[in-house]
Amino acid sequence: MRIPRDVVLPSLFAVILAMGVLLPLMMTLTISLNPNEQDIMVSMGAVRSFIPQVFSLQNYIEVWTDPVHPFARYLANTALITFSTLALSILFNSMAAFVLAQGTLPIRKPVMILVLATLAVPGESLVLPQLMMAGWAGIVDSYEVQIMPGVANAMSIFLFFQFFSRLPKELIEAARIDGFSFFQVYRYVAMPLSKPVISAIAVLQFLEIWNAYLWPVMVTRGPEYRPLSVAMSAYFGTNQAAWGNIMAFAVSMAVPVILFFLILQRQFIASVMSSGIKG
Amino acid sequence: MLLPALFFITVLIIGPFLLSVWFSFTDQRLVPRPIPTKFIGTTNYERMFADPLFWQAIWNTVFFAVIVTPVQLSMSLGAALILNSAVPFRGFFRSVAILPLLLPMTVIVSIWAVLFRIPSGPFNAVYQWFAGQGNYVDFLGNPSVAMLSIVALSAWATFPYQMLIYLAGLQEIPQDLYEAAKLDGARAWHRFRYVTWPGLRNVNIFLLIITTVGALKLFTQVDILTKGGPNGATTTIIHYLFKRGYANQKVGYASAVAVFFFLAVTAIALFQRRVLKNEGEA
Repeated sequence: MRIPRDVVLPSLFAVILAMGVLLPLMMTLTISLNPNEQDIMVSMGAVRSFIPQVFSLQNYIEVWTDPVHPFARYLANTALITFSTLALSILFNSMAAFVLAQGTLPIRKPVMILVLATLAVPGESLVLPQLMMAGWAGIVDSYEVQIMPGVANAMSIFLFFQFFSRLPKELIEAARIDGFSFFQVYRYVAMPLSKPVISAIAVLQFLEIWNAYLWPVMVTRGPEYRPLSVAMSAYFGTNQAAWGNIMAFAVSMAVPVILFFLILQRQFIASVMSSGIKG
Repeated sequence: MLLPALFFITVLIIGPFLLSVWFSFTDQRLVPRPIPTKFIGTTNYERMFADPLFWQAIWNTVFFAVIVTPVQLSMSLGAALILNSAVPFRGFFRSVAILPLLLPMTVIVSIWAVLFRIPSGPFNAVYQWFAGQGNYVDFLGNPSVAMLSIVALSAWATFPYQMLIYLAGLQEIPQDLYEAAKLDGARAWHRFRYVTWPGLRNVNIFLLIITTVGALKLFTQVDILTKGGPNGATTTIIHYLFKRGYANQKVGYASAVAVFFFLAVTAIALFQRRVLKNEGEA
């Protein structure tokens, strides 16, 4: 059988690309399964540090049962913060976008301009006044303080606005004639149609919150409300010698997200792609 | 229906923004002191512009952005071209390529901390093949290498995002343009140069702006791996702001840095947009 030349070169590059991504991850997995710290140090960089030689869960058990760094608590904190932010952000921002796109309020235009203007402000430049305000409100070191900044999201208003303003006028009018209130049109007509936008916003914001670091570092004091991302770096900072445990922590933190996204891969890719074209 | 979102935007974006402008003209501290906060005019800005570490942070941040943006965009475009061609197992390769995007940055940083290990981490093992036993590169401890190490890590960590957007852009280019070019006898490079590249113009502009702006916000990698060192070699603007405002509690001073950062990012984004849009139309 003859292999066409157009396939050989791209395949070769594809393999190099995959190796570039997979080798560090293989190494992570291999180290996390090796209970012998000394062996980890000795074999570091050698070929056998990329292919698991032993399959021990000892590091994992140590990570999950560490009394100073309660992994389960961190995971629960992260999940709670992530899902609350997503739920509130999608609810509030879609409602606002629907009013801005389909409502009759005369101040819609200036409000929209104001919302778009906030897109230009990098979140990083706001953390200090936000921290002061959290102090005045007495909510430093809590879930609320980690949820609220993600809810104020002009990008998600903008994406919903784009979608809602393209809904056919006849559809909205027909629903109004059938006796739907403005809110009911939003709830029973607009929202069921906007699944693609919802999933795009959910995916992008999920990654953002899951990755959040600067803000949670500033507003959490201990394990009680700390999310995984900050816990990972604290763990990394205090266990510099225990690479097996650090890598087991890393794998434990990464696997749930990877599984979640591999299952939803189609929607995930579509979401990121659409964010670029429309952004 | 409009009010909840407006409430959040006002309280969490507009409010803090105005506050930081106000703070930047005061000696506000993070924790209240017995002496009341007072208005001190432009003192914070004067001190900021007189601080050598501030200028070093700017230089480091600009250096990082100028290097990482082209590196990462070429990686992303290269990966997108590969995954858009007729390779076998394309679905598998695509899933693998997006993995780094799914890993939290703190996880990636700890993985790369192993790769960067001295004297015998994986990167140094490769280096020793060429440079001989006993030699090694101190990837994070050598001031002239540290930022480049952060560049490599960051490009690896986030290239799949731009790759997916490039893939979307590639799929928008009409297939018949390629057919026509092939009929005209255009070779692969010419097809890329005269069909693909012009077809990606808008995508390139968009990605150039978001990648640059993202790069200017560099913080997490630096905070965990190098703490801004060695000798300030990886101190970025956001890290400087964090140190002054949070660790040293000088909110007034750090707010001046924040206002400067906001103005600089906005100016750079507008400038890039303007230049790139005009260049295409000329």
